[in-house]
Amino acid sequence: MNDNGHLVPAPDAAVAPVSGDDRFQDPGLPPHVHRLADTDPRAAKRAERQVVALFALSAIATILFLVFYFAIDPESTVFVPFMGAVKAMNLALGVTSAACLFFIGIGAVHWAKTLMPDAEVAEERHELRSSDADRAKAVGLLQDGAQSAQLDRRPMLKVAAGGALSLFALPFVVQIVGSLGKKQPKGVIDELKSTIWDIPKTGPNANKAIRLVRDPVLTPIKAEEVTIGSVFHVLPETIKESEHVLEDKGKAAVLMMRLNPTDLKVQKAKDWGYEGIVAYSKICTHVGCPVGLYEQVTHHLLCPCHQSTFDITNDCEVIFGPAKRPLPQLKITVDDEGYLVAPQGFTEAVGPSFWSRS
Amino acid sequence: MNALAAKRRHPATLAVVLFLGLLVTGGVYTLFAPKTAGATAVAAETVDAGHKLFLANCATCHGVNAQGTKDGPSLIGVGAAGVDFQVSSGRMPMLSPNVQAPRTEPIKYSEEEVAAMAGYVASLAPGPAIPGEKYTNGSIGDAAKGGEIYRVNCAMCHNYAGSGGALTRGKYAPSLTASDVTGQRIYEAMLTGPQSMPVFNDMNVSPQEKADVIAFIDHLQTQPSEGGMNLGNMGPVPEGLFVWIFGLGSLILCAVWLGQKAA
Repeated sequence: MNDNGHLVPAPDAAVAPVSGDDRFQDPGLPPHVHRLADTDPRAAKRAERQVVALFALSAIATILFLVFYFAIDPESTVFVPFMGAVKAMNLALGVTSAACLFFIGIGAVHWAKTLMPDAEVAEERHELRSSDADRAKAVGLLQDGAQSAQLDRRPMLKVAAGGALSLFALPFVVQIVGSLGKKQPKGVIDELKSTIWDIPKTGPNANKAIRLVRDPVLTPIKAEEVTIGSVFHVLPETIKESEHVLEDKGKAAVLMMRLNPTDLKVQKAKDWGYEGIVAYSKICTHVGCPVGLYEQVTHHLLCPCHQSTFDITNDCEVIFGPAKRPLPQLKITVDDEGYLVAPQGFTEAVGPSFWSRS
Repeated sequence: MNALAAKRRHPATLAVVLFLGLLVTGGVYTLFAPKTAGATAVAAETVDAGHKLFLANCATCHGVNAQGTKDGPSLIGVGAAGVDFQVSSGRMPMLSPNVQAPRTEPIKYSEEEVAAMAGYVASLAPGPAIPGEKYTNGSIGDAAKGGEIYRVNCAMCHNYAGSGGALTRGKYAPSLTASDVTGQRIYEAMLTGPQSMPVFNDMNVSPQEKADVIAFIDHLQTQPSEGGMNLGNMGPVPEGLFVWIFGLGSLILCAVWLGQKAA
C-alpha cells in the first residue's frame, strides 16, 4: 500500500522480504507467471472473441426466451431422452432463462481471468492495536457521553435502567421454563387423552354409540359389507359436526379389517371386535404417522415412516420397528339396523407417548 | 497436439474421454437393442379346455381341485376376476418361488385361454366376476373424486403418484404408471385383493367410485410431467440425491473453475 492507502501492483521480480523481525524470514511471493493473453496478442484476441461469444450466447438465450414465451403452446409436450414427456414451455423457458443468466456470469469471469490484470499485490498489515492517543480519545468520548447524560450526577438512572432491562427477559423465560415438566396448563393433557370417539355424557348425543363412517365419503358401514380381507378407513360420524376437522381426524382415524375369527389369538381382541371385524387406531404409537399399510396375507400393519410393524392377529403387538406400544383397539359392535357402531371411546390415549400418558 | 493444447490438457483427459465414450456407446446400445420375441400361444376355448389348462399349468401348486396346497392358496371363490387379473398380467403361473409374484411380459396365454381358465375357476364356486366395460374404461369416472378416494385408500402403499412402494420382507406395491395397468386390471385388483393388497369390494368402494379411481390412475399415466424430469415421483430422497450430486456437483465444478488461473 502506498501512503494514500491505495493498492499498487508489486514489481515483476520476487518481492524482497521486508520485516522488522529476524526470527522468521519473509519468503516473499513466488515469481509471477504470465498468462497467454499477457504475452501473445493472438491469444488475447482469441480470449476477447471467446468473451464476446459468451455474452452473445446469453443475448441469444434471452431473445429465444421471449420467442418461446409467445410462440409455444402451453399445453404441448416434447419427449426428451432420459426425462420422458415434459411440458415444452417449461423446458424451453427454463433452459433459456438459465442460459441467459449463466453466460453473463461465465463471460464476465472469463474476461477477468484472461484479460483483466492478475498481478499479485502485497497489502501491508498494520498493527491491530490502535495508537495510545486514539485510545485515550475513545475513552474520553465515552466519559463525555456519560457526563452529558448526567449519569454521574444521577445514579438512580443507572439503577432504574439496569433493573428494567434485566426484568424484561422474565416473561420469555417464565413461559419456556414453565412449560417443561409434568404440570401442564389446564386441558392440554385432557385433550391428548381424549378423541371424538369418546361418548359425551351430556347434550343431544349423550350416551349414544357413535357410528363408524368410511373416509372420505362419510357413509355408515354395515357389518356384512366388511368381507374377509377388506380394510376400511374409518372415522366417527361426529366428525361431520366437528369444528376442527383436521385436529380431530388426527386422533380419531381408525383402521377396520375383517379376519377369520380363528386367526385372532387374543380373546380381548375378539371380544372387542364383531365376528372377526376388528378396529384399531391408525395413529402410530411411535411418532404419529397413519399406519395405513395393511398386508392382507400376513395380517400385518406397516407404518411407512419408520417401519413399525404391528401384528393384528396378536392384538396389534409390535413385531418390528421403533414403536414400543401396540395400537389401541376400538371396541365395536352392531346397532339395531346392522350398522357398525363404537359403544365406547378408546380406553387409552392414542398415538405417541407423552410424559403424562399413564 | 500443438503447443497451445499441450499447455491446456490434463494428463488424465484421454482416460476420461474414453470412459465417456464407453458410457455413451453402452447407453445407446441399451436403448436400441432388439428385444426378444414372445412365445406363440396355442388356441383353446370352453370351460373344459379351461380345466385342462388348469391341470397343466396351475394344479401343481394350487391342487388338482383348486383346493390349495402348501405351495399355493385355494382358488375356490376367487372368481373369474381373480384369475383374469393374475394370469393376464403375467403374475401367474409364478415363474419361480418368491415372496411376491411380479407383473411379467410376455403373457403365455391368449385371451381365449385366459377366459377359459377364468370360466373354469368361476364354475367351482361363486366369486367376483370380470367387470363390464362401462366401469373399467374410466370415461364415466371423475378423476378429482377418484384422486380423493385414491389418497385415502391407495396412496399409502402405491405412492401419491402411483409410483409404487415397499412393504415388509421384500413384498411391494407395484407401480401403476405403466400403460399395461389397464382399467379392467385395476378394477379386478381392487375387487379381489391380490397377494398383500386388501380387498376393496363393491360395497366399500362402489363401482362408480372404482371408475373414478380408474379415471384418476389414467390421468397419472397420461399426464406429462409439468416441471420436467419427475425422477419417478418418489419424493424427497431422489430429488435430494439429484440436487446433491448434480446440482452441488456442478456448483463445485464452477467453483473449481473460478479459482483456477487462466492458461
